[in-house]
Amino acid sequence: MRYLPLTDTDRQAMLAKIGASSVDDLFVDVPEVARLDGPIHGLPMHASEMAVERHMKALAAKNLVAGEVPFFLGAGAYRHHVPASVDTIIQRGEFLTAYTPYQPEIAQGTLQMLFEFQTQVARLYGCAVANASLYDGSTACWEAVAMATRVTKRKRAVLSGALHPHYAQVVKTMAHFTGDEIADALPSITSDPELTGLIGRIDEETACVVVQYPDILGRIADLTPIAEAAHAKGALLVVVNTEPVALGAIKSPGEMGADIVVGEGQSLGVGLQFGGPYLGLFAVRDPKHVRQMPGRLCGETTDAEGKRGFVLTLSTREQHIRREKATSNICTNSGLCALAFTVHMTLLGETGLRQLAAENHRLACLAADRLAKVPGVEVLNNGFFNEFTLMLGGKPAREIIRDLADRGVLGGVSLGRLYPGVAALEHALLVAVTETTTEEDIERLATELEAAIKETV
Amino acid sequence: MNAPNKSGWKPEMQIAESGFLGGPVTSTGNRGLMLEEPLLFEIGRADVTGVDLPEIDPAAPTRLGGLERKDAIGLVGLTEPETVRHYTRLSRQNYGIDLGFFPLGSCTMKHNPRLNEKMARLPGFADIHPLAPQSSVQGALEVIHQLGHWLCTLTGMPAVAMSPKAGAHGELCGILAIRAAHEARGDAREVVLVPESAHGTNPATAAFAGYRVEDIPATPEGRVDVAALKARLGPDVAGVMITNPNTCGLFEKDFREIADAVHAAGGYVYCDGANFNAIVGKVRPGDLGVDAMHINLHKTFSTPHGGGGPGSGPVVLSEALAPFAPLPFIRQTDGGEFYLVEEENREERGPSFGRMTAFHGQMGMFTRALTYILSHGADGLKQVAEDAVLNANYILRSMEDILHAPFGASGPCMHEALFGDKDFTNGLSTLDVAKGLIDEGYHPMTVYFPLVVHGAMLVEPTETESKAAIDQFITAFRGVVERALEGDEALKQAPYYSPRRRLDETGAARKPKLAYEG
Repeated sequence: MRYLPLTDTDRQAMLAKIGASSVDDLFVDVPEVARLDGPIHGLPMHASEMAVERHMKALAAKNLVAGEVPFFLGAGAYRHHVPASVDTIIQRGEFLTAYTPYQPEIAQGTLQMLFEFQTQVARLYGCAVANASLYDGSTACWEAVAMATRVTKRKRAVLSGALHPHYAQVVKTMAHFTGDEIADALPSITSDPELTGLIGRIDEETACVVVQYPDILGRIADLTPIAEAAHAKGALLVVVNTEPVALGAIKSPGEMGADIVVGEGQSLGVGLQFGGPYLGLFAVRDPKHVRQMPGRLCGETTDAEGKRGFVLTLSTREQHIRREKATSNICTNSGLCALAFTVHMTLLGETGLRQLAAENHRLACLAADRLAKVPGVEVLNNGFFNEFTLMLGGKPAREIIRDLADRGVLGGVSLGRLYPGVAALEHALLVAVTETTTEEDIERLATELEAAIKETV
Repeated sequence: MNAPNKSGWKPEMQIAESGFLGGPVTSTGNRGLMLEEPLLFEIGRADVTGVDLPEIDPAAPTRLGGLERKDAIGLVGLTEPETVRHYTRLSRQNYGIDLGFFPLGSCTMKHNPRLNEKMARLPGFADIHPLAPQSSVQGALEVIHQLGHWLCTLTGMPAVAMSPKAGAHGELCGILAIRAAHEARGDAREVVLVPESAHGTNPATAAFAGYRVEDIPATPEGRVDVAALKARLGPDVAGVMITNPNTCGLFEKDFREIADAVHAAGGYVYCDGANFNAIVGKVRPGDLGVDAMHINLHKTFSTPHGGGGPGSGPVVLSEALAPFAPLPFIRQTDGGEFYLVEEENREERGPSFGRMTAFHGQMGMFTRALTYILSHGADGLKQVAEDAVLNANYILRSMEDILHAPFGASGPCMHEALFGDKDFTNGLSTLDVAKGLIDEGYHPMTVYFPLVVHGAMLVEPTETESKAAIDQFITAFRGVVERALEGDEALKQAPYYSPRRRLDETGAARKPKLAYEG
């Protein structure tokens, strides 16, 4: 019981002050039916640090660590090198063990960091204002749709077929209950994103059109025509980005006319972590939309002595003030992941982010060229950043991926896993390449993929 | 690095007025270890980086579809030593549990054991991809399964949804399960009842899920008005959302009776588990008729609050709601292998209401929470609840002679003690007491919540404080309260000794400045 400072002597003295004879007297309001005599049955008793560590390490040892094998998975979660100082900083107790900065006089560290984070995200996205983070990219995507319905007072969202299917599912789950209408589609297997069809689906009832950039197949396209088409019908363009490093190489969504830009920030500072906690990014291009944004916002102000300081602001949008009229029900966001992101981004800076993006793209081009030489394999994409789609000539990608894992290569994400039961997508494999990928890794994947394809009927 | 004026401080500012006893004006604005720090964008440079990467080869071929980003992004960088110093200096302007007592009511600011951090960073947990072949991540799926088993056993509930990302997301999960259950039997209900003392997330969640929210009043003793609640039940009421222990710090002793009445009227019972720390290992909510309850792993199970998250909000579910749990969830084959039930497992997914988030939830928080739970065990967790409740009652009874305790006569409190500001004089309020506590070196309690008490002060000590630490807090708290009772004018200007004095929040909202310009 190493985390419990009270001694039995303390407990007796405190009970005496309270006027209770035993601690159970403090639980008198619990009805008889719900009272337990002793510790709950069927669970182990307390354990030493050493024993717990042994248990957890045994569980960890059952997993194949990404960094120990050639690794090519992406599809919304990317493995990047995180500088050592990032983890050191986020483990400082003043950041780690603080909470939402309700008392700004003693939370300027968190608040200033958030103000800097908001600025970095806004600039990366080509937007005016970013919030202090949401849970992850997928929930940020739904929040964007919900915001678009508030702004336009319309109830229909058009989703690009090349939006991450988990994101589309989250939106559909929520819309089912809010009564919003979601028009979705499957991705088309084409070398470039298919925009004409998407534009044709926008009408006067459309609140927003949601496009991923780069898309789920790794393709990139100029979104300006979609922005123009959406705006012509009075709809908003929501752009989803799952790989922030890409924006060190390609145009920002804001530049192309996106109204709301959301994304997953996990690539910088946060790590893979089997899917969470991650970091939802949310920004708007036009400051007039700020009051419809969800989540915390940090703003600059001054203190009673005239010194610059920071506070959470515009909280009249939020649940603790507005209750059922709030713009979102979110309370806790992803503060520590935002810190990790902003520290990593500070270490990179403009120069480092551009270099990192260039290195990702260089290696991805190498990989695409090498893998295209594997018999039976074609690279689908015309354009891509660090992730592209391989067509496996009629071979089932899920089986190939399992086969590759048995050979000690984590070879990518099969579209069959993401779109189960869709025959047209069963033979496609998503391959992501980052600065952590070596040329040897690429060669190994090419070799093993060739062997796996040969052996798969 | 910290040029004068950049932080807004100017040498002509009167330090004597800041409570620094007429000490000398410094040229930097620093006051010894109280260090000023400019904004990143004032000290960083576009051509500086703290990461060694290959230079860009302008002649390298690209396949970016002609979308190269040509204009400056507007980011700045720092070298590693400058980065470490920037954030270290910022960190020193923060208050955290590691620094001192943090009695923020309803937030359960308990010690965050460092073993949790160490275990979450094992590469076998931290460096695995959510879409890796399931055969290669059996240990990770087992962590989720083991934690889920503990949560079900501790709550006496048959099922758990692990994917919700935080408490409010868990509330949403529970409410969506309730809606899905009603829809499945073709029963369109429109109203969710929420006591007026509830967290703001409760009504916001119900509204977000498409329900109309109606308030249920509290009794003078601080509990749900059972008669009023029963009178409102009917065929249009989908369910109730009740926090237990409630936000007044009291156990809802009629919870079972409420649950039975709600069930009899065809509704479901959502329990907000934010205050589970008071009863963990001691009372099983499943014995009280709960249909759904979220558990904030960052409260009861000690995962770090991180300056505002990330949280994690698994939701335990009754037999009636379990079939509607969100995707994905974990099952085990007869051979002992773990697997995820996702969209494709058409038969096994049953009437699940669908996916709430990409991937499988807050894995990094699951490893921390499981580490914590294994450390405490069933016996330790029971002691957690007992000590948390003991500490809160000790504070309640050590303060109530001078500070209004609106429900002090309602019996023992649970893990938090609630006070109000009705006896303060000279226009002094709860806010002034909170700011006075900052000068005494404490993070204030939760203020102005719950809304049912005027000038509410909600004090939650948690179990990880020593008696000496609590005694010292009581002394300080009494001192500040006495000043408020006497009408001490100086308290209106507090805090004096914090990195910043009171901040102009009205001005911040009137002309929002939400990003650095320049």
